Amino acid sequence: MIATARAILHKDLLLELRTKESVPAMTLFTLTVYVLFHFGLDRDSLDGELASGVLWVTLLLASIIGVSRLFGAEREQGGILGLLLAPVDRTSLWIAKAAGLFLMLVAVELVAVPAFGLLLLGPSLGGALPELLLVLLLGNVGIAAVGALVAALAAETRAHELIVPLLLLPLLVPVLISCAQATEPLLRQDAGPEDLGRWLGLLSLYDVVFVLLSVAVFDFLLED
Amino acid sequence: MAAIELDVLERRYGERVALAGVSVRVERGQTLAVLGANGAGKTTLLQVLAGLLRPHGGRAVVLGAELPAERWKLPGRVGYLGHEPLLYRELSARENLRYHARLHGVEGARVEVVLAAVGMERRADDPVRELSRGMVQRVAVARAVLHEPELLLLDEPRANLDPAGAEQLEPLIGKPSGRTRVLVSHDVRGAQAEADIVLRLEQGRPAPEGQEAYA
Repeated sequence: MIATARAILHKDLLLELRTKESVPAMTLFTLTVYVLFHFGLDRDSLDGELASGVLWVTLLLASIIGVSRLFGAEREQGGILGLLLAPVDRTSLWIAKAAGLFLMLVAVELVAVPAFGLLLLGPSLGGALPELLLVLLLGNVGIAAVGALVAALAAETRAHELIVPLLLLPLLVPVLISCAQATEPLLRQDAGPEDLGRWLGLLSLYDVVFVLLSVAVFDFLLED
Repeated sequence: MAAIELDVLERRYGERVALAGVSVRVERGQTLAVLGANGAGKTTLLQVLAGLLRPHGGRAVVLGAELPAERWKLPGRVGYLGHEPLLYRELSARENLRYHARLHGVEGARVEVVLAAVGMERRADDPVRELSRGMVQRVAVARAVLHEPELLLLDEPRANLDPAGAEQLEPLIGKPSGRTRVLVSHDVRGAQAEADIVLRLEQGRPAPEGQEAYA
């Protein structure tokens, strides 16, 4: 199963490198939204709750672009049929798609988080960076697990670009709450990891539940 | 044991009947030609035989697998060449075939063998989007036979090929391949000439005896 997932992931990364369809669009979207917030809020710098909310809502909205395109090549070029004809465990497709989305989110955040720090954030990111990286890691796992599931659900529908946000965003509300709450104390002027363990615990639980749920149901999503 | 046994097979899309009352028995090594006008149900029949669509009525046994219950027995044993080449346009022919080889657990060396067999060694590293339709069809044939399937399901396999190209692919997908084949074609004479059994479909149902499928 892992070898198949690696083959699919390798193919997906190769396609993304060649087409540059998802990561540049997601990155540009986050940067644009940060600039819009910069002018829309008419404030030079944010901190605490507001900064945390802006950071995570923007990342979640950017993930819609990646999720919408996750099965693009499979849908448009018959990749799903190719997979169904091969003697592979279908769960390997979910593993590959979730891993691909996770890597895309990491690539976006490598640009988006420093840009957020420069454009909007009052306090420096430096001191809280290790804790913030942990929150980003667990948040990305949750988004990737749910995103790959939703992308597969929407792949064969005509209005997939409408269905993806309608399904994805409500499912990601717990991720948003946990990530924003865990990040909020890290972005205060007097930064400190307040209640971090509690929110990371909730986020980890969410990740485990959705990984297990996805593994359990993914096979049935590809049924005729 | 027959390679394919269909007994009053039925398949619907919602309320619309795509296949009904289709019965046929194909022994191993035989070729079944499926003829019919556009929309007759030929492609649907191929997809049911490949295990991609589940039958809604009747009985369908393919390579000993009772469909749909034993559909899991089919992947890796069927070579499917449909209207779409099932190739990624941004990848080269070689990259596409290597990817499918990994999915099927086939050695990488086999990729070079099939590339040579379809005459695509020289253009193997070009992206599929840069290939002509005939070349794409050759690569699609290579993909379909890469894993040496027991059953070949071929929908217009010679479409877009010049006569020399079609001849070159004969050992892979023609009668000389020795494989059980289901061949969908609009070339009635050609299909009849290479078929052991002919099934004529008319709006999803077997055409009455003596009636031409294209009448």
